[in-house]
Amino acid sequence: MAKMHVSTTINGEPEEFLCEPNETMLDVLRDRLNLTGSKEGCGSGDCGACSIMLNDTLVCSCLMLGAEAEGAEIKTIEGMADGLSLHPLQQKFLESAALQCGICTPGMLVAAKALLDENPDPTETEVRFWLAGNLCRCTGYDKIVRAVLDTAEEIRGKA
Amino acid sequence: MNKNKWIGERTIRPDGADKVTGRASFAADTTMPGMIWGSVLRSPHPHASIVNIDITKAASLPGVKAIVTAKDIVDFPFDTPAPLGIQDMRWMTRNVMAREKALFHGHPVAAVAATSEEIAAEACKLIEVNYEVLPWVIELEEAIKPNAPILHNILEFDGKPSNIAGTLEHKKGDIELGFQEADTIIERSFTTRPVHQGYIEPHACLVSVTADGKATIWSSSQGQFMVRAMTSMLTGIPQSDIRAIPAEIGGGFGGKTIIYLEPIATVLAQKSGHPVKMVMSREDVMRATGPTSGSMSKVKIGAKKDGTIVSVQGTFYLQAGCLPGSPIRGAAGCAFAPYDIPNVHSLGYDVVSNRSKVAAYRAPGAPIGAFAVESVLDEIAEEIGMDPLALRLKNAAREGTKAAHGPVYPRMGYAETLEAAIEHPHNKVALGNLQGRGVASGFWFNAGGESSAQVNVTEDGNVVVTTGHPDVGGSRASIANITAELLGIDYQRVSVLIGDTATIGYSNLTGGSRVLFASGMAVTDSTEKVIKSLRERAAIIWDIDPDAVTWEEGEARPAGANAGMFEPLSLEDIADRATETGGPIGAGAQLNTAGAEGGFATHICDVEVDIELGIVRILRYTSFQDVGRAVHPSYVEGQMQGGVAQGIGWALNEEYIYNKDGIVDNPGFLDYRMPVCSDLPMLDTVMIEIPNPKHPQGVRGVGEVPLVPPLAAIRNAIYNALGIRFYSLPMSPPVVLEALDISQAAE
Repeated sequence: MAKMHVSTTINGEPEEFLCEPNETMLDVLRDRLNLTGSKEGCGSGDCGACSIMLNDTLVCSCLMLGAEAEGAEIKTIEGMADGLSLHPLQQKFLESAALQCGICTPGMLVAAKALLDENPDPTETEVRFWLAGNLCRCTGYDKIVRAVLDTAEEIRGKA
Repeated sequence: MNKNKWIGERTIRPDGADKVTGRASFAADTTMPGMIWGSVLRSPHPHASIVNIDITKAASLPGVKAIVTAKDIVDFPFDTPAPLGIQDMRWMTRNVMAREKALFHGHPVAAVAATSEEIAAEACKLIEVNYEVLPWVIELEEAIKPNAPILHNILEFDGKPSNIAGTLEHKKGDIELGFQEADTIIERSFTTRPVHQGYIEPHACLVSVTADGKATIWSSSQGQFMVRAMTSMLTGIPQSDIRAIPAEIGGGFGGKTIIYLEPIATVLAQKSGHPVKMVMSREDVMRATGPTSGSMSKVKIGAKKDGTIVSVQGTFYLQAGCLPGSPIRGAAGCAFAPYDIPNVHSLGYDVVSNRSKVAAYRAPGAPIGAFAVESVLDEIAEEIGMDPLALRLKNAAREGTKAAHGPVYPRMGYAETLEAAIEHPHNKVALGNLQGRGVASGFWFNAGGESSAQVNVTEDGNVVVTTGHPDVGGSRASIANITAELLGIDYQRVSVLIGDTATIGYSNLTGGSRVLFASGMAVTDSTEKVIKSLRERAAIIWDIDPDAVTWEEGEARPAGANAGMFEPLSLEDIADRATETGGPIGAGAQLNTAGAEGGFATHICDVEVDIELGIVRILRYTSFQDVGRAVHPSYVEGQMQGGVAQGIGWALNEEYIYNKDGIVDNPGFLDYRMPVCSDLPMLDTVMIEIPNPKHPQGVRGVGEVPLVPPLAAIRNAIYNALGIRFYSLPMSPPVVLEALDISQAAE
């Protein structure tokens, strides 16, 4: 199969790549662009470890084709911090021990940021249902949910 | 700034910044120049002799660089035991690659390395395997029937070929005499289903073999030294020529204490001359790795009217999967361990069937034993009209109790977990309609064993600590706390790294809840040597006796007025003058640690049952645990919460569904239903710190015992809500609905 040429924007920077027509965005990110922060836990959209933002919509990059990135704005975990300055969610995850092994963490953070961008004052239930597509096997979610709620409160306090 | 109180602080983990930015390197994140991809051909049959394998067509596909079958992997003949730790290489070699027979659907039969994943997978399809399909058996109760298909003729029980691969027995007192003293005797049978560890990161590795025969392995495991040893034994490469580099591990829970891909990738790399990367799919993980055993148990408990337990008997059949090695020691050994009982008989059977070989899963076997025992205790409590926590407290093992599995307990805090549970507000919350409360306790052995550490002082007076254990949940943070505490310096001045097999001494697995216990000892020993060296350096600088120098709050000080008047020397001061006082400052330790001592926990669970849908919702959950010393409380709580969540999944939803062809029908996260965020409430924790008297910081393993009580705690809570007792897991919605229908019909 002939490869496809794709022009897109990733974490604010213009990017071009060639990919197979059937190649997932996750494989493009990991294997072609060396953006290995997005993880493959299942390849079927069930674990959320590959979560990215596609034009401000939260998606599983394993369920998206690389070709679909044409003309789009992609954001990944690698773009969440501002240089060496962590996003408040990243900082709160560290302070709250909201990660153990860390494999779900990138996807969890991308999903949590999408929630807070849309809903700056979520209830615990809203956080739990929003993150229901992101599996974590280590933490029992307790410290993750607390970290998201605490970050939301902190961001509201500053606003 | 010096702060001499780091133990017990919720410090930020040394590996944290990498993990929240996507920079941490897990096994599948590593690449090498010239790297090619490996793919595994797996058996389509649950049980079949392998008559012949023809690789001709596959080998001629453009892009294919190497093909491996069992003849390329070192054999360990069936009739000669080849133990390596708790594993046996006879079984490991046959698990890594099917040899005489394919023993389960998904069993590796051959592997291909090619220039792309797609070509490797395509080539696998071109390998022609001539199978002779054999009768197969999946379920435990079928496997022990007299006419069951036999997996391994060499395994005998009662003098005949059998699927019972072994037994384990604990005896104390005389149970028959004991039951004669009982006013109440209850005997019940239970089953549990195999469940997967469910780590989110699939197994992966990258292996490079160079022209001089040296191999470097990057992989995700719970022990780089285990990877080195097993790969060495299965490839014939000496351990000194293998460097196993531990990638960050994306969850293991016991499932990464053995290897699957590493020896295959190593041989593919040898044959092809290229670095080879292999990554399992989720489906591969579900079909061919883990899980823990399914089980059939029978437990009989006799008690007096006042609640004194006088005699107990337990029989536990555990499913090993296709090769021997189920955790009968955990089931039979831990089941009655929380109690001081005069008469105990506990017997475990290890049973093979045509499923993937089990791997360790968090307190292996113990949740199975506790499910049965803690469920029967609930019925005893009801029968004699006693509060279930009070019943447990009356019979609680204490310091000096001799357990049926051997040890005499030192000071430990099981009774304290019960007392805390009895007094806790959770135990007093009023329950509504269709809501119920259950309790259960649990025990896990914990483990010591070999660990190494190296503590080096940098030239600018900071500290780098290296240990040999993959960090599954914050152990580096705890090591930093211990080192900073001992040295009296800010924890941010301590970097903690995990060495590979070439850079740190042998360290046994991350498993058995042993890491902080054992590596804490090795780090303490090393740091104390460093402190001794620092005192000696100060003595040289001051020209006084080293005994006249003390180390306090991060600096050398004269021990008293007689030592002389000197300005204290900080770590930086001494590091700055290291060259003139004897050279580099650092020390290591290689220990075989002992004294881990068991872990005890008690859980309270509140549920609400949706009788329309059969869904059991966890309303409230509080776990009480003797944690020894919480060096980093957040990560101790995290272990408790994570274990509880896995227990909730095991109790309520998780199971493999096999179809009529002996094939798993739900090999993915959609249908193998682990708890998601919206399934759970906050998981409350009460850490009870009874320091382990045999550890310098009082550390007691905390990681595994949290998975022991939940199964029975939830089951007992459902009884309290519905008046229906379940004896099988999972208590999933269809099962609950069926039980409700039967119950209504009976009314």
